[in-house]
Amino acid sequence: MLEIKNLHVSVEDQEILKGLNLTVNAGEVHSIMGPNGSGKSTLALVLAGRESYKVTKGEIIFEGKDLLELSPEDRAREGIFLAFQYPVEIPGVANTYLLREALNSIRKYRGEEPLKHVEFGRLAKEKMKVMGISDNLLKRAVNEGFSGGEKKRNEIFQMQILQPKLAIMDETDSGLDIDALKIVANGVNALRSPERAFIVITHYQRILDYIVPDFVHVLVDGKIVKSGGKELALELEDKGYGWLEEEKIAANN
Amino acid sequence: MSITLSEKDNGYMEGFSRFEKTAPGSNLGWLKSIRKHAITKFSELGFPTPRDEDWRFTNVAPIARSSFHIPLNGIGQVSAADLTPFQFEGQQICELVFINGHYSAELSTHCTLPEGVIVLNLAEAINSQEDILKENLAKYADFENEAFTALNTAFMEDGGFIYIPKGTVVEEPIHLLYISTAGDKPSITNPRNLIIVEDNCEANIIEQYVSLDENIYLSNVVTEMVVGENSSVGHYLIELESKKAFNISTLRVQQARSSNMRSYSVLLGGSLVRNNIHPVLAGEGCNSLINGLYMSTHRQHMDNYMKIEHVSPHCDSRQLYNGVLDGRSRGVFHGRIIVHEGAQKTDAKQTNRNLLLSDYAQVDTKPQLEIYADDVKCTHGATIGQIDENALFYLRSRGISKEASRDIILNAFTNETLESMTVDSVKKYCTNLVADWFRQREQTLKS
Repeated sequence: MLEIKNLHVSVEDQEILKGLNLTVNAGEVHSIMGPNGSGKSTLALVLAGRESYKVTKGEIIFEGKDLLELSPEDRAREGIFLAFQYPVEIPGVANTYLLREALNSIRKYRGEEPLKHVEFGRLAKEKMKVMGISDNLLKRAVNEGFSGGEKKRNEIFQMQILQPKLAIMDETDSGLDIDALKIVANGVNALRSPERAFIVITHYQRILDYIVPDFVHVLVDGKIVKSGGKELALELEDKGYGWLEEEKIAANN
Repeated sequence: MSITLSEKDNGYMEGFSRFEKTAPGSNLGWLKSIRKHAITKFSELGFPTPRDEDWRFTNVAPIARSSFHIPLNGIGQVSAADLTPFQFEGQQICELVFINGHYSAELSTHCTLPEGVIVLNLAEAINSQEDILKENLAKYADFENEAFTALNTAFMEDGGFIYIPKGTVVEEPIHLLYISTAGDKPSITNPRNLIIVEDNCEANIIEQYVSLDENIYLSNVVTEMVVGENSSVGHYLIELESKKAFNISTLRVQQARSSNMRSYSVLLGGSLVRNNIHPVLAGEGCNSLINGLYMSTHRQHMDNYMKIEHVSPHCDSRQLYNGVLDGRSRGVFHGRIIVHEGAQKTDAKQTNRNLLLSDYAQVDTKPQLEIYADDVKCTHGATIGQIDENALFYLRSRGISKEASRDIILNAFTNETLESMTVDSVKKYCTNLVADWFRQREQTLKS
């Protein structure tokens, strides 16, 4: 589904990703872990198409298409969804309005009819229940005045409505209490299917108790330095990232 | 013979001595003395300069330099069809139409009003409603200290007169439509509106200033509005003057106990525009909502000068002014809040947000709080910035096109100031004006 080859990315002339390789197949859950500043969020934003992140080398193929040729909106329409680490507040734009616009532009791209108000309402109601989203939250301006937990739940709620092929979660678990974390994880698990893949970017092992990954990758200084199964996450929890950083330095010398 | 006003050769005084002989109500001693007093004040004050703190960001030299004639009337050049673009759809409306400052009975629309309500043009009201006028006219707008108010007061001859007696709900919005067909010589009009709303009333009044051509003229407007106890009044100012016109407009509101006033200003036209909003919250427990939207382009200059006076305790005022500035235009927001001694428990909030769409547009925003009471809550905030790139990316990452995302953000920004409008037809009209503005901008960018 997704193939990243030798990806180099710079932000304001500083190289953040330095030759990253990753292959994700349909049905898989990949977790990317790593210390602060290792390039985790950069990877997420590059996949979503943030223009200030410059790809200087390498390629990203998504479902046979050159992803780097696509605008952010076309990536979303092709089935990529990013749950933001810091969801943006948009005053004056109702949450429900954003969702309907988004869903209908994706449907249009696929040659489907726009969803009628009633149908959209029914769909939203169903997903709201899963994510514990209130009517009030749906009517309010996007993320404006939402608590940290509400913002994260709202991201997964959007994911549920838009039903992406590849969902990327950028530290969705950070700052959540255990109850909120369970709701978020339930929301994600409900979406798991053989046709869909997930990239779960996280700083902590905790969320992986609830969203069990098929693969764990460790990103250090812009490169994946180690990959393994879910047990790698536990090892990291135990030993921290220090030993991997040291290994990398040793390898470089 | 028309009268010409200019700063050269004592032209304003000369013009006045000719004007006052034939002006409406020239036979009434009290009115005569107000006008005389006003012209004296005007010649003492002179036009303001950027050295005056209240005019720091706005230079009216182009007005001071001009020579304006007072148009006799332009009636006959305008047909009913010319008015349609400026009318509000889908609602019964009561409309007074003025052409070049003079009332046109043929073009106006009269509607059935509740008993006792009077909607007239001022020139007529001077004859038939002398008592109410004598008690209220020029009692609130400060012609002693404000040059443009003094000029208007000296040369006032026509405008809207609205009187709503106790306990009356007026369902139909009342529209005062001022149309300019100025002709090739620069002209001046001094529309003067007097709105008296007694206790326990509800009403909505719309003032609109438009032009049928692109000539040079000055609309120097003064509106006095008295809001009685427990009354609720909406006031809308829609400014669509010609690209070369000057518009100086002053709204002075006097609010009695527990009254509720909502003021909306939508400024889109004119080359040099000054919008003065001056409510005095004189009775206890008043509410004032003061919203505005100014959208400027090319070399337009739009200055919003707010003076919110809290005189009595337990009053709330809320100001929200949003500006969208393009081209080489310039915007000003000067927000004064004055909390007088004894106005305890005042709750005043002021917000001014500006969106710059061009690198050459400029805005000056200046809050000014003067607080003489000790138990009050006053907050102010101002922002100046471009379209939020993070918000734009967020919307695009959800599958919405770049153009649509941009429109969503811009519309949200402009709607913020309009969404609480209670007259639906006017709200829709204003929303369309904003959409047209953006559409025109898109077309200019494409060509």
